[in-house]
Amino acid sequence: MTEQRTVQFRVFRYKQGRERPWYDTFDVTVTPRTTVLEALQFIRRVHDPSLMLRHSCHHASCGTCGMRINGQERLACITRVHDIAGERVTVEPLANLPIIGDLVVDMKAFYAKFTPMAMPLIRHSEFLPEAEPPEGVDTYTRLENCIECGLCVSVCPVAASDPLYLGPAALAAAWRVVQEPRGQNVPEILAQVDTAHGCWRCHIAMECSAVCPSHVDPGAAIMALRGTLIRQHLPWRRKQQGGDAHEPR
Amino acid sequence: MKGAFHVLVIGGGATGAALAHDLTLRGLRVTLVERWEVTAGTTGRHHGLLHSGARYVLTDPDSARECIEENWILRRIAPDAFELNDGLFVALTDEDVTYLDPFLEGCARCGIPTRVLSREHTLRLEPNLNPTLKLAVQVPDGTMDAMRLPLRFLATAQHHGAEIRPFTEVVDIHFQGRTVAGARVRDHRTEREYTIAADVVINATGPWAGQIAQMAGVDVPIRPSPGVLVAVEGRLCNMVINRLHPAGDGDIIVPQRRLSIVGTSSWVVEDPDDLDVPEAHVRMMIDLGALLIPTLREMPVRAAWAAARPLVGPRTAHSGRELSRTFKCFDHADEGVEGLVTIIGGKASTARAMAEVTTDIVCAKLGITAPCRTREVVLLPHTAYYAG
Ligand SMILES: Cc1cc2nc3c(=O)[nH]c(=O)nc-3n(C[C@H](O)[C@H](O)[C@H](O)COP(=O)(O)OP(=O)(O)OC[C@H]3O[C@@H](n4cnc5c(N)ncnc54)[C@H](O)[C@@H]3O)c2cc1C
Ligand code: SF4
Ligand code: SF4
Ligand code: FES
Repeated sequence: MTEQRTVQFRVFRYKQGRERPWYDTFDVTVTPRTTVLEALQFIRRVHDPSLMLRHSCHHASCGTCGMRINGQERLACITRVHDIAGERVTVEPLANLPIIGDLVVDMKAFYAKFTPMAMPLIRHSEFLPEAEPPEGVDTYTRLENCIECGLCVSVCPVAASDPLYLGPAALAAAWRVVQEPRGQNVPEILAQVDTAHGCWRCHIAMECSAVCPSHVDPGAAIMALRGTLIRQHLPWRRKQQGGDAHEPR
Repeated sequence: MKGAFHVLVIGGGATGAALAHDLTLRGLRVTLVERWEVTAGTTGRHHGLLHSGARYVLTDPDSARECIEENWILRRIAPDAFELNDGLFVALTDEDVTYLDPFLEGCARCGIPTRVLSREHTLRLEPNLNPTLKLAVQVPDGTMDAMRLPLRFLATAQHHGAEIRPFTEVVDIHFQGRTVAGARVRDHRTEREYTIAADVVINATGPWAGQIAQMAGVDVPIRPSPGVLVAVEGRLCNMVINRLHPAGDGDIIVPQRRLSIVGTSSWVVEDPDDLDVPEAHVRMMIDLGALLIPTLREMPVRAAWAAARPLVGPRTAHSGRELSRTFKCFDHADEGVEGLVTIIGGKASTARAMAEVTTDIVCAKLGITAPCRTREVVLLPHTAYYAG
């Protein structure tokens, strides 16, 4: 099968205590199946064990391997080197999050905005709607789509200019709670996003939805949150306040 | 926690994470070091099956019992962490049907609830299954997020005072005489090397355990044994699908989010850092998976990867005392090296139980009598690990 070729990797490097970041280049022989993650693991194993990157699931489920590959936000574990144009691949950490070292960003700021949305990890499964659940299982469930990878935050122009912006992942999580509350406090979540740095701040350029590897579509979620809030703010709705004003569509 | 004994855990996989949690709850001071991101070893890459134990009833009833017991405990201490859709053991052939009685008897002996379903009933639950199936048995399998369950152990341990240090690699074991007294580590964030002193060091490095053992000059005869997993696009089932057959290659499909994941195979390698994904294994997974769910063959492959188990051979130097039958826990005092315990094997589903046994051993060494509380303490959500 193997049509091998050698590709030059240009890797962003940074270590705490050093004055500035730099780039290292490494030659890696790849097959049509080699992923960027596998190439970076090869570099770490053979050339430089101090290379820092995040990875865990190797199948687009954990969200740790997000990085910028030739300037584009991608998951390294499902990006094949052969699918990248050119003989040179530049890998850099995600933008809009502080760098811990090399390709690793600090996710603390991401979770500081994401966690308060209190999105439960488990949701109803919409797959195979014709399937009957087995005895003892009320309804089929599954894990939420968002894998907390931060690609959307990295690509978002508003997140780049406004550090207080809640950002696409947190707003999408809020919408999931509104859509399927699962016992969470929907009015409270809506109040959290109904702010100048919340869903009204978005420019609707939809870069987030384009890069999301996990079908979350944060741009559409933000539009939906706005729609819900607008309906609530309409004068005739405000009169009847309370319960059904917050009901998801 | 001044004055408390200090335990250094090497390895930030499921085992190390559960250990850090148990040790902190018993009042010990804990530092966990992981050379990469936490769960970047075998743990994050596993199949994602919350075992009911049914897979082991015919070959390893001790493991089966441990799995079902842990399955119930995890549901309690990690609410909202699992897709609790149960699992099916599907008989495709008449030969498969001959395993039904021993399988049901085995499950009954191990305390695993079962329900036998007719072909028609099974297809109403899982319409994509091979329509020529004979029957199926429902068991309490589940789907877990391989990274997020250990993150919950780590988050809770951290909350109770454990120090979790990722990107910190053990480069040597630190001795005082014949007693292990800590480890020399390299922090890849700062490029600095320093020594962490500890009263006990626990080697929880899975398939890398032999490397740490070598640094300490002790005997952990281990061969890394990888297995291939293949994720295809599309959720083709809601329940975990197993083949009713003696456990073999490519006989489990675990659905997760919008994916269906088939596994696994096994072979032996020298270096757990150098795992190939043989094309033949990828094809075999698709072929075997398609026996259970024929449409699997038509779905685009999202990813194919490998994860390594630690295959443990016989130890030359040991005292014959077996500390556990379902995983390997070696107290290297039996080789004259005090202060070092190795724990390998088991399953991500049974990490809590492994941590309990190991922590008991460590506590006995240190004269600590605090009882294990990890069966009751509800874990923090995974997000708390990074939120700090
Ligand atoms: C193919 C496959 C499928 C599986 N499927 C399932 C399943 O569906 N369900 C289930 O319950 N179990 C499953 N398992 C079993 C499960 O994955 C393992 O039991 C579990 O992940 C082992 O965790 P661990 O912490 O012992 O090892 P690991 O996760 O490998 O952790 C060891 C850690 O030590 C670190 N380390 C190594 N050397 C050093 C050093 N020098 N300094 C610091 N850190 C170091 C490594 O980086 C690594 O992160 C599967 C296993 C395999 C191989
Ligand atoms: S649509 Fe909004 S949230 Fe998404 S990238 Fe654009 S500005 Fe950011
Ligand atoms: S919304 Fe999509 S891109 Fe953003 S963190 Fe979640 S999975 Fe990643
Ligand atoms: S390693 Fe988990 S998403 Fe890439």
